[in-house]
Amino acid sequence: MAELMYREALNQALAEEMERDANVFLIGEEVGRYNGAFKVSQGLLDKFGSARIIDAPISELGFTGMAAGAAMVGLRPVVEMMTWNFAILAMDQIVNNAAKLRHMSGGQLRCPIVFRGPGGAGGRLSSQHSQALEANYAHFPGLKVIAPATPADAKGLLKAAIRDENPVVMIEGERLYAVKGEVPEGEHVVPIGKADVKREGKDVSIITWSRMYYFCEEAAQRLEKEGISVEILDLRTLRPLDEEAILATVRKTNRAVIVEEGWALAGVGASVVDIIQSKAFDELDAPVLRVTGLDVNMSYAANLENATQPDAAKIAAAVKKVLYREGA
Amino acid sequence: MASPYSKELLLTMYRKMYLIRRFEERAGQQYGLGKIAGFCHLYIGQEATAVGAIEAIRPDDYMLSAYRDHGQPLARGADAGMVMAELFGRGTGYSKGKGGSMHIFDIEHHFYGGYGIVGGQIPLAAGMAFASRYRNEDRVTVCYFGDAAANQGAFHETLNMASKWKLPVIYICENNRYGMGTAVGRTSAVPEMYKRAVAYDMRGEPVDGMDCLKMYETVKDAAEYCRAGKGPVLLEANTYRFRGHSMADPATYRSKQEVEEERKNDPIPKIKDYTLKKKLAKEEEFDAIDEEVKAQVDAAVKFADESPEPSLEELWRDTIVEPGEEDVRPRERVLGVKVKWPSYPSGQELKVTWDLEPREQAEKEDKKAGLAR
Ligand SMILES: Cc1ncc(C[n+]2csc(CCOP(=O)(O)OP(=O)(O)O)c2C)c(N)n1
Repeated sequence: MAELMYREALNQALAEEMERDANVFLIGEEVGRYNGAFKVSQGLLDKFGSARIIDAPISELGFTGMAAGAAMVGLRPVVEMMTWNFAILAMDQIVNNAAKLRHMSGGQLRCPIVFRGPGGAGGRLSSQHSQALEANYAHFPGLKVIAPATPADAKGLLKAAIRDENPVVMIEGERLYAVKGEVPEGEHVVPIGKADVKREGKDVSIITWSRMYYFCEEAAQRLEKEGISVEILDLRTLRPLDEEAILATVRKTNRAVIVEEGWALAGVGASVVDIIQSKAFDELDAPVLRVTGLDVNMSYAANLENATQPDAAKIAAAVKKVLYREGA
Repeated sequence: MASPYSKELLLTMYRKMYLIRRFEERAGQQYGLGKIAGFCHLYIGQEATAVGAIEAIRPDDYMLSAYRDHGQPLARGADAGMVMAELFGRGTGYSKGKGGSMHIFDIEHHFYGGYGIVGGQIPLAAGMAFASRYRNEDRVTVCYFGDAAANQGAFHETLNMASKWKLPVIYICENNRYGMGTAVGRTSAVPEMYKRAVAYDMRGEPVDGMDCLKMYETVKDAAEYCRAGKGPVLLEANTYRFRGHSMADPATYRSKQEVEEERKNDPIPKIKDYTLKKKLAKEEEFDAIDEEVKAQVDAAVKFADESPEPSLEELWRDTIVEPGEEDVRPRERVLGVKVKWPSYPSGQELKVTWDLEPREQAEKEDKKAGLAR
């Protein structure tokens, strides 16, 4: 297996799917001649030409809607959002059109399209460029939402998303693009809707996704030294949520901590808690805790930025708390 | 002088406009009776805009509209019963009662929907036109929207792309002089919408939207232009709605006198008078059409009224395409009439030859700018 960066894994998925199906095209700002703002589309213009790798003007609403229109009549667009912060301008087309076309037409239409790009906080960019927005999209019936943590999952989920008959929102980790990992070559498709146990453990379950997985892993390693065995469930797909996997891990460890980069109120983690308390309440040995981004806008100052986000120390503290260990 | 238009064309136009008029009148009535709920935006007065354009394009050309969307599908050949059933919220409607008045979709007749967000359909239309070019088909896409929609970002963003990429799309701005209760001039710095095409270096023209034949000529010409790959066209159809913005609107913001004046421009008697004057048909032929259409609309109301509500299981259908799920037309599912579904072609048979930015040209431009590639 080749060791690839997250961005390379995505690039590979795009290239393979475009090779496989001529209906697939990529549109977005700077995806062509600039090779992508985060270099995910590196080299694709040379391979596929300007009809299929399309440099769009800075018109998020316009080109997102245009791509949705192309999907309505059978093309399979991949829309690259330079970041999800800017995709807020395109939200109308994603949620009011793409997500609802099938319903409003009584099943006459389908809209096979992928909206993808980096999301997440960090990088000293202050509040407009530094937010985890997946909860916004997980809210809407008619969309699927995926958020891979590893290069292998990034490739496999993007391939699945391109082949899916529905609109899929893919939130990539802006801070994950350079992360390396083993990536299976060729036909590697990760099914949408399936979570993945990234670390087996028996004392407590941490449920998370995307970049937060790495902080959880760091916390788990620290806790292991203290004799605490942590299981990490990487959700990978946020809509639909893998209820079975969530319940299975809770039934195994009887304790859960949910780690979410975004804000707590109306976050995805709140729905995970809802699933656990309504379907596995009797299995719990402690209340479920959440570690989330603080309920504030992101600051530029390094110390404030750090304090705003979850980290391994905060996660470890929450784990100890659900284990009723002192000092937490 | 002889008419350059055939009797058949003129009578077809008359029939379609008359159908829309009667359909809308009955829809208004049924709304009053509480059979139709929600928003219901009538098209009365604007019939020529839809019918003239539709007669000028091919049946396989794509079309979409806003929420004032009963007229276009009817003119394209949609089943009046199924449209009415949709307004009634019945399972036999085009969207099985899930769309209602603002979301009529009839894919069989290439009518790709009515949309409720002002201006939201404008980018979709460009995308459909994009798909036609991508697949090397010479279809055009016709997109309707109102004057108020032309102030949305979606309009400006899309016209820029459509023009830059020479997409085969005809935008028909139906300027009925009001966006809800607001007169165009109160909100638009440039109230002549066709002029906005200048900003995007695309063709823009005004047209008398109360005259079906003028619409016909203008759209025919625009479609040819689009099919020749010359780019998009923005048409401003100057029209007028005789009724309020929706059934909920008594339209007190405009004078009786203004409406009376505009009613003299009614496109339906206009085409009838023309046909009679050219001696292409007799009064009785029109009477016969009127009777047929009235019967058609009566049958539509009856069909809608007698149709069942959608089953509660429908709640869980048509949001997500399940793996392996076949597309079944509502007509097939509800009425048992088999219709061929438009296929979603697989990639293999498709060869993309079109270039948005020809490489040679790009390289030349780079060189000129002193950039290496
Ligand atoms: C984005 C958005 N804002 C506001 C509305 C409410 N609204 C519905 S129709 C309308 C007026 C639109 O007028 P126009 O585009 O001229 O079309 P017309 O009704 O005249 O055909 C408004 C404000 C809406 N549906 N969508």
